[in-house]
Amino acid sequence: MTAFGKLIRTTAFRLTLVYLFLFALFAASLLGYFAWNTRRLINEQITATVNVEIAEITDIYTRRGLRGLVFTIENRALRPGANLYLATTPEGKAIGGNVGSLSPGVMASTGWSETAYRRLDEQDTADHRALVRVTELTNGFRLLVGRDLEERRRLFGIVANAAQWSLLVVIVLGIGGGIFVARRVLQRIDAMTGTTRRIMAGDLSGRLPVGRSGDELDRLAENLNAMLERIEALMMGLKEVSDNIAHDLKTPLTRLRNRAEEALARSGSEGDYRAALERTIEESDGLIRTFNALLMIARAESGQARGNMDDFDAADVARGIHELYEPLAEDDGMTLRVKTASAPLHGNRELIGQALANLVENAIKYGKPSPVVQPLDPVAAARTREILIEARREGNHVLLSVADHGPGIPEADRKHAVERFVRLEASRTLPGSGLGLSLASAVATLHGGELRLGDSHPGLTATLVIPARSAAGDRLAAQTPDVPQKVA
Amino acid sequence: MRLLIIEDDRESADYLVKAFREVGHVADLASDGEEGLSMAEGGDYDVLVVDRMLPKRDGLSVIGSLREKGNRTPVLILSALGQVDDRIKGLRAGGDDYLPKPYSFAELQARVEVLSRRNVGPAEETTYRVGDLELDRLSHRVARGKDELTLQPREFRLLEYLMKHAGQVVTRTMLLENVWDYHFDPQTNVIDVHISRLRSKIDKGFERPLLHTIRGAGYMIRDGLR
Repeated sequence: MTAFGKLIRTTAFRLTLVYLFLFALFAASLLGYFAWNTRRLINEQITATVNVEIAEITDIYTRRGLRGLVFTIENRALRPGANLYLATTPEGKAIGGNVGSLSPGVMASTGWSETAYRRLDEQDTADHRALVRVTELTNGFRLLVGRDLEERRRLFGIVANAAQWSLLVVIVLGIGGGIFVARRVLQRIDAMTGTTRRIMAGDLSGRLPVGRSGDELDRLAENLNAMLERIEALMMGLKEVSDNIAHDLKTPLTRLRNRAEEALARSGSEGDYRAALERTIEESDGLIRTFNALLMIARAESGQARGNMDDFDAADVARGIHELYEPLAEDDGMTLRVKTASAPLHGNRELIGQALANLVENAIKYGKPSPVVQPLDPVAAARTREILIEARREGNHVLLSVADHGPGIPEADRKHAVERFVRLEASRTLPGSGLGLSLASAVATLHGGELRLGDSHPGLTATLVIPARSAAGDRLAAQTPDVPQKVA
Repeated sequence: MRLLIIEDDRESADYLVKAFREVGHVADLASDGEEGLSMAEGGDYDVLVVDRMLPKRDGLSVIGSLREKGNRTPVLILSALGQVDDRIKGLRAGGDDYLPKPYSFAELQARVEVLSRRNVGPAEETTYRVGDLELDRLSHRVARGKDELTLQPREFRLLEYLMKHAGQVVTRTMLLENVWDYHFDPQTNVIDVHISRLRSKIDKGFERPLLHTIRGAGYMIRDGLR
């Protein structure tokens, strides 16, 4: 496509053409209205003047007779810029006035008419036109009074001229402006296209140029940049996951393989084989769990799980999870308590439940108080073995928190702790996949919220902060932007 | 029990057929959707085990057309897509249970036996009995012999589910799904703790234990040994 072809295909240019047409139409009708109105006004003026003069002259004729009439019209005809006057005998012979010739038959009928005429004193042969009125006086004499229409013709000429020029100016300016605007838009679009091509070619760090005017193209560029930001984050996440899979799944796989090999090489009793096989199954179950958790996180992070959302109360989830884990905590020497207030949510109940369950499992596993700093007072000591699940609403957010009184997580480590597979030094020896917090965080993000790690003096408070369901029933405000499912 | 397995992966299909035959069931095999559909329509099966992704016709559409024709044979869907929304999609299409791959055979066997038409248990009965243990579903009373037992509401539902499927193996995930309505896999032995609490209430101090742990599979409530 040629540059010009591209130009005239732009929306801006086409819009300009449409506006141009509309504007020309508007200008033409305005001028037309003006011309028509002026003509009407001039006609009215002429009619009024002629009527007054005829009344005056008729009056003079009735009072002073024919002599007075002739005297008056001769007199008036001599004034500069005079009207047309003509008086005739009943036989049609002119007896006074300044009219040399008329269109035939004008004097024959009374009333208004438009006619060509020539003045008596005029030398040029060009015809003029006039609006005249003929009246019959007593005794068959006729009187004509009229006014030249030159004024009206000139005014028409001016309007027609103005119309031509303004139309020309409108068209030239319009097309010029259209080309200017279209080229400006086209240049910016071309710049965007160039950048997106580069990005599509694999350079995910590229960003679209954003101007300072804040117009619609800038807003579009900003949004596209935000989208690219998210795509890049997702790609990074994907890369991180595959790196982590390589690292953290290969370790148990290697262990699995080594055990099988060892059992084969030793060729022990049936009992040995059985034990080795059972350990193998156990290990592979652990692997499957890790794998499922990873997939779940990936789906939550990419926003795919958004389909299964409905309205529920987070307080019910908190009570359900408390009921499920209470015996386990008690067996572990901890006390699990729950405190709920109504906390309406719109979301995936299953995922929220799982996120909360992960936080509770973490609290039971890692939230045991350090034996060194146990308070001596037995009541205070019992309190340190307490885990509190809390669901409540605070402003526009629902808070689902799990607080323990264990060693907690140092502030500097908190951000790190949410990442996949990260198991802080203190917990390396305990079993677990290291995915609990990152799943909880991914679930919070899916619902437009976040996972906050805080201090419960001593201990860790992990809180899912999720936008609450509004009274109207849906929660649309804080959604994370939707992301296309296939990026690459 | 007569089973139809619709699965295209030859190796896992052969393994399933063999494993089901070993535990005493009759298992037929169809290796694509079309064949599976016509066999399911012709044969009188107790349970269908259907893979979701099949050649010629996918699993969900097989189930859909069976249900359309009024065939109510219980269906268990096997799928590599194990996520919550896939499960819901499967159940909406007319499946009765959903098991993500990879699964343990013990889990599959337990679920198939619970699904089976022959084992549609005393669902409508108001009282379940196992040995001298009695559970009244209407009054929520539980008694063993002459002793009245006091159970928490959740313990009651747990026992109710176990007794509904008395004599059948019930796995931990089945309990989590049916008693707690959660479909995730807890990393800890959270169900075991609930079972041991229930056990201490219904079996402690009685000569014959009723609630048994089936190693590598789950739990079963039954009167004495088989």
